[in-house]
Amino acid sequence: MTTTKIAYDDVEVGTELPARSFPVNRAMLVQYAGASGDFNPIHWNEKFAKEVGLPDVIAHGMFTMAEAVRVVTDWTGDPGALVDYGVRFTRPVVVPNDDQGAVIEVTGKVAAKLDDNTVRVDLTVTSGGQKVLGMSRAVVRLA
Amino acid sequence: MALDQSFVGRSYPPTDPYEVGREKIREFAEAVGDDNPVYTDPEAAKALGYADVIAPPTFVFSITFKAAGQVVQDPQLGLDYSRVVHGDQKFAYKRPVRAGDRLTVTSTIEAVKSMAGNDILDIRGEVHDETGEHVVTAWTKLVARAAEQAQTDGEA
Repeated sequence: MTTTKIAYDDVEVGTELPARSFPVNRAMLVQYAGASGDFNPIHWNEKFAKEVGLPDVIAHGMFTMAEAVRVVTDWTGDPGALVDYGVRFTRPVVVPNDDQGAVIEVTGKVAAKLDDNTVRVDLTVTSGGQKVLGMSRAVVRLA
Repeated sequence: MALDQSFVGRSYPPTDPYEVGREKIREFAEAVGDDNPVYTDPEAAKALGYADVIAPPTFVFSITFKAAGQVVQDPQLGLDYSRVVHGDQKFAYKRPVRAGDRLTVTSTIEAVKSMAGNDILDIRGEVHDETGEHVVTAWTKLVARAAEQAQTDGEA
């Protein structure tokens, strides 16, 4: 992979990162459960999810958080350049048991230039037209 | 019942070391669909200056959340885990987690609040490697939703 490093001097407040769409279906949730060790049945058992008041099976919040930051790590090329990353889980990503599943849409914008060649990127993360993560912010060190 | 404020500031003993494996990182990267070679190819990782493959940013949560189990399941604290949802998550990285790391986690209760019948718990997990170097800090906010009464009252 050839990585063109993003230079601190080349970005401005308002610089937009390439937007991404990430599909999520039931099989991916099962795979994520296995890889992460989070086997909470709300992420794979429709009957259980509905019994606890959810509309259907929902994606792991940490799955959504992992997808959202890819807008930042794909932009910089170096995931190790990430300094800070935080989110608020505002609304679940509901994943129906059909051929489509759900889609997580992520956009990002440079919100502030900070010291030490770092910038703060604010992410907007939606699914089905509704915001699913709030206060989604990453600080990343640029070249 | 509101949680006891006296738990604020309480730290739990460091966990036994978790050894980060290359194949576990690969499994995680595949599960989130991220094909960045720095997660799977040691040569690609070396090209970016790392000694071995590194883990995706949220990988460490599996380790810190397991460690937070000491807090969540502390019978003295008395949190009703069946009503717990994940509220916020934040990480501050000193360096990325990499294959071969042997990581320990020290969990501390940073805050305990009650709002509208919900119990809110902030847990900080400090992650160190085998040399004692700080790697990452994870902050996890857990919300134990109010019991039946609040739900039938129609509160969110």
